[in-house]
Amino acid sequence: MNQAIPQAVDYIRILPEIVLSVFGIAVMILDAGLDETRRQKLPGMLALIGALAAVAAALFQSQYPGSAFYGMVQVDSFSIFFHVLVAAVTAIVILTSYEYLATQEIRAGEYYALILFGAVGMSLMSSAVELVLIFIALEISSISTYILAGFRRRAAVSSESSVKYFLLGSFATAFFLYGVALIYGASGSTSISVIGAFLRSGQVSLLAYMAVALMFVGLGFKVAAAPFHIWTPDVYEGAPSPVVAFMSTAPKAAVFAVMLRIMFEAAAPGRVWLIWVVAALSMTLGNLGALVQDNVKRLLAYSSIAHAGYLLMAFAAMPGNGIPAAMFYTASYAAMNVGAFAVVSHLGGAGERRTSLEDYAGLSRQSPVLAATLTIFLLSLIGIPITGGFFAKFYVFSAALQANLVGLVILGVLNSAVGAYYYLRILVAMYMREARVEVPSPPISLGLGAALAITLVATIYLGVLPGRVLEYASRTAADWAR
Amino acid sequence: MLESSILTLVTFIPLAGALLLMLAPRRDRDIRIFALVVTLLDFVLSLHLPAHFHRAHSGFQFELDSAWISRPNIHYHMGADGISMWLVVLTTFLTPLCVLISWRSIHERVKEFFIILLILETALIGVFVSLDLFLFYFFWEGTLIPMALLIGMYGHGRRVYAAIKFFLYTMIASVFMLAAILWLYAKVGSFDFVTIQTALRSGQVENFPAAAAWLFLGFFIAFAVKIPLFPFHTWLPDAHVEAPTAGSVLLAGVLLKMGTYGMVRFDLGLFPEQSRANTWWIAILALIGIVYGALVAMVQPNLKKLIAYSSISHLGFVVLGIFTFTQAGLDGATFVMLAHGISTGALFMLAGILYERRHTYEMSDFGGLATSMPVYAAFFLFITLASVGLPLLNGFVGEFLVLSGAFRAQPWWGILGATGVIWSACYLLWMYQRVFFGKITHEVNAGLPDLSGRERAALWPAAVIALLMGVAPLLWLNQIENSVHAILAPYATLASKVVGR
Repeated sequence: MNQAIPQAVDYIRILPEIVLSVFGIAVMILDAGLDETRRQKLPGMLALIGALAAVAAALFQSQYPGSAFYGMVQVDSFSIFFHVLVAAVTAIVILTSYEYLATQEIRAGEYYALILFGAVGMSLMSSAVELVLIFIALEISSISTYILAGFRRRAAVSSESSVKYFLLGSFATAFFLYGVALIYGASGSTSISVIGAFLRSGQVSLLAYMAVALMFVGLGFKVAAAPFHIWTPDVYEGAPSPVVAFMSTAPKAAVFAVMLRIMFEAAAPGRVWLIWVVAALSMTLGNLGALVQDNVKRLLAYSSIAHAGYLLMAFAAMPGNGIPAAMFYTASYAAMNVGAFAVVSHLGGAGERRTSLEDYAGLSRQSPVLAATLTIFLLSLIGIPITGGFFAKFYVFSAALQANLVGLVILGVLNSAVGAYYYLRILVAMYMREARVEVPSPPISLGLGAALAITLVATIYLGVLPGRVLEYASRTAADWAR
Repeated sequence: MLESSILTLVTFIPLAGALLLMLAPRRDRDIRIFALVVTLLDFVLSLHLPAHFHRAHSGFQFELDSAWISRPNIHYHMGADGISMWLVVLTTFLTPLCVLISWRSIHERVKEFFIILLILETALIGVFVSLDLFLFYFFWEGTLIPMALLIGMYGHGRRVYAAIKFFLYTMIASVFMLAAILWLYAKVGSFDFVTIQTALRSGQVENFPAAAAWLFLGFFIAFAVKIPLFPFHTWLPDAHVEAPTAGSVLLAGVLLKMGTYGMVRFDLGLFPEQSRANTWWIAILALIGIVYGALVAMVQPNLKKLIAYSSISHLGFVVLGIFTFTQAGLDGATFVMLAHGISTGALFMLAGILYERRHTYEMSDFGGLATSMPVYAAFFLFITLASVGLPLLNGFVGEFLVLSGAFRAQPWWGILGATGVIWSACYLLWMYQRVFFGKITHEVNAGLPDLSGRERAALWPAAVIALLMGVAPLLWLNQIENSVHAILAPYATLASKVVGR
C-alpha cells in the first residue's frame, strides 16, 4: 500500500454507492421541502433517476477494474454483475411502489430514501473483499430493510414483521461478526484473499471451521436458508409487498455474492457438506411449508426458502460451473420474483387485505392481462422451459451433477415436482375458480405496468436466449480462476 | 426455401394467431371466425407436407437445423418423417373442426378459449416435428398447461379435480423423461436426436450399457402415462368426462398419440436392445389394456366415459403393434393412431352435440333418438362402425395390420388382441342401440333439433376421411412404410445377431 491518500480512481470504484447515497440524501431533503400534494410523486421520480444512474455508474465502472481503498473494495466483472442487478431491482421496486404508496396512504419520502440506502449496502456487499467492510455493508442493507418492513404503520402485522426481522436479524449478524473475529484469530487477517491463501496453505484449524460455520449461519439467515428460515413467512406476510419484492431479491443477491466470495475465493473448509445439508433442508422445508399456505404472500415466502435451497446447490459444485450457475439463478430469480410480488402488491388493494388464495379466484375474468402475467412468473418459478426459471434450475442441477452430487440433484428434482403443485394452486384459483365477491380490480398504473413489462421481458429473455448472461457469468468465473 | 421453413410455419401460425387474437377482435363472432380462418390456413399449409413428401427418402424431410442456445447446446431442429408428418396433418385437420364444434357451446370467455386452443395446436404440432430433445421436451410440457386450462376453465362439474389430476399425472411422469434426456446430454453433449442416435449406435457412449435400462424406462413412463397404458390410465376417464368437447377431441385425437409417437421415435429409435428386452411385459400391459378397456367400456352408463375407455382399448392396439417390431405391426400402429384420431375425435364431437342439447352424457337419459334426429343418427352410426373396425372403413385397416403383425411375433398376442375387436363391436353397438333405438322414454328427446349446418360442416370432413382411409389406405401407408422400415432397421440386425449366436 504505497499510496496513503485515496486516488480519484478509488472513488470511481465506489461510484454506484456514491450515486445512490447522494440521491438518497437528496430525496430526504426534497421531501422535507415539499408540500403535501407533491410529496407523493417527486421523491419517487428522483429515487428512480438515482437507481438508473446507479446502473449507469456500474456500467461505467466496468472500464476501471481493480481494487480500491487499500484492497477493501474489488471492482471486477463479478461485482459489476451484482451492482447492475441490485440497482435494476431497486429501480423496478421504485416503479412498483408509486401506486402502492398511494393506495396504502404511506408517506413517500423516507421510504424511497431507505430503499436507496439499502441499495448502497447491497451494492457494497458485492464489491467488498474485506470482512469488516462486508459486515458494515450488511448492516447498512439490513437496517434499511428492518425499517422498510414496518412501513405499513397502521397494520399490526407490519410492526410485528419489523420487530421480528430486527431482533432475529441482529442476532444473525452477531453470528457473522463472531465468525469474522474467529477467522481473524486463525489467519491474522480480514482480507478474503489473504484468508484464502492462508486456508489453502493447509493449516486448517478447528478455529477456521468454526469461523466458517458461524459466518454461514449469519449469511444463511439473510438468504432465508433452512434451518435459519423461521422468520421468513411472518416477515414477508407483514411487510409491504414492494418491500418484500425488494428484500427477497436484492439483499439476497448481495448476500449470495458475499457467500460466493467467501466460499470460493477463500476456499472455505468443509463447504460441500455444510451446503449439502442446508440446501437439502431449505428445498424440502420450503416446499413442504408452501404446500399448506392459503396466503399468497406466505406461499411465496416459503417458495423463496425453497429457491434459496436450489441456489445453494450451486455452491456445493465446482467453482467453474457453480459460480455462473449461481449468478444466473440470482438474476432470473430476481426477475420472476419481483414480477410476482409486483402483481401481489397491486392486487392487495388498500390495507393489503386481498392476499389470500381465495381473493385470487376468478382473477382471469376480472383482469386477464394481470392473470396471464402472473401465470408466466409462476411458470418460471415452477421451472417450465422458455422461462428464466427453467435454465436457472437447469444450470444449477447440471453443475451439481458434474460435481457428482447425484443425491442432491434427485432431491432437487423431486422438490421441483412438489413445488409445481403449490404454484399450480394459484393458477387454479385464478383460472378455474369463480370469485365469490366481484371486486373491481383497480387499473394498472404506468409505473406498475412498466415494472411488469420489464420483469416479464427479462424472465422470457433469460428463458429464450440465456446465452449472453451465462457467458458473462462464465467469463467472471474464469477471471477468478486466474 | 419453403422446404425448410414449412414446418416452422405450420407450427407457429396458430401461435401467431393466438397473439393477434389477444390484441385484435373483441366481438365473440369475430373471434370465432378469426380462429377458424387461422386453423384452416394452417391445415391448408400442412397439406404441403404430404404433397411434397419424397417417398423414396427414408430419413427426415423438411429439415431445419440452426443453433439456438450455445450452452447448453440446443438447436432449433425441426424435421418430419412419414409418421410424424401424418400426425401433424391429423392435428391441423382436427383443430378447425374443434373450432366449429365449440362455436355455440363456448359462450363465456370466448377469447381466452380460442387463444388457449391455438397455443395448444402449436405445442402439439411442435411435439411431432422437433428433432432436438430439448425442443421436444419444451413442446411436450407446453401441451400440458393449455390442456389443463381447457379442462379446468371450460369443463363440467368436477373440472378442477380432473384438470389437476391430469396435470400432476403427466407432469410427474415427464420429470423422469427429463432426467433421461439430461443424462443423454451429459454424456453425448448434444440434444440433437440424430446425433444422440448415432452416438448410441456406435457404442461409444460412456456407461451406456449400465444406464440404458433406466433411460428406456424414463422415456417409457412419460409416454405410458400419456397414452395411457394400463395401469397408468386412471386420469383419462376423469379428464374426458369433464373436458369441453374441443378438449376431448384434441385429447383423444392428438394428445394421446404424443405418447405412442414418443415410443416409436425415442424408445424404439434410441434403445433397440432395451425395447427388445422389455417387450414381453409391455405387450402384456398392452393386451390387458385392450381387454380391460373394452370390458370397462361395456359397463359404462356415461357416453363420454365409454368412449374414453374405448380409447384405452384402441391405444392398447397401437402399443401392441409397436412392440411386435414387424413392418405390418408398426404400419398398423401408425394407421390406428390416425384412424383413432379421426373416429374418436368424431365420436366426441357427436357426444358433445348431444350434450349441448340435453346437458347430460347419461345413456339412460336417451333412447329412440333415431326418430327425432335421423341425420345425427346416421352420422353416429357411420362413425361407430368406423370405430368398430368394419371393413372399408378406417378402423379395420390398422387393426388388421396390427393383428397380423402380432400373430407373426407371438400367436397368442394376436389371439388375445383379436378378442378386442369383438369386444369393441359389443360395447359400441350396444351403446348405439341404447341411445338411438327403442321408444323415446323421455319427452324432451322427442323435440330435439337435428344437426345444424355448422355441425354438419364439422362432421362431414371426419366422415369422408374415415371412408377414404378405409377405401384407399395406401395413400397413407405408402408414406408411412419407408419411415417404419428405417426405424426397424436396427431390429433386423439385432435379430440376425441373435440368430448368428
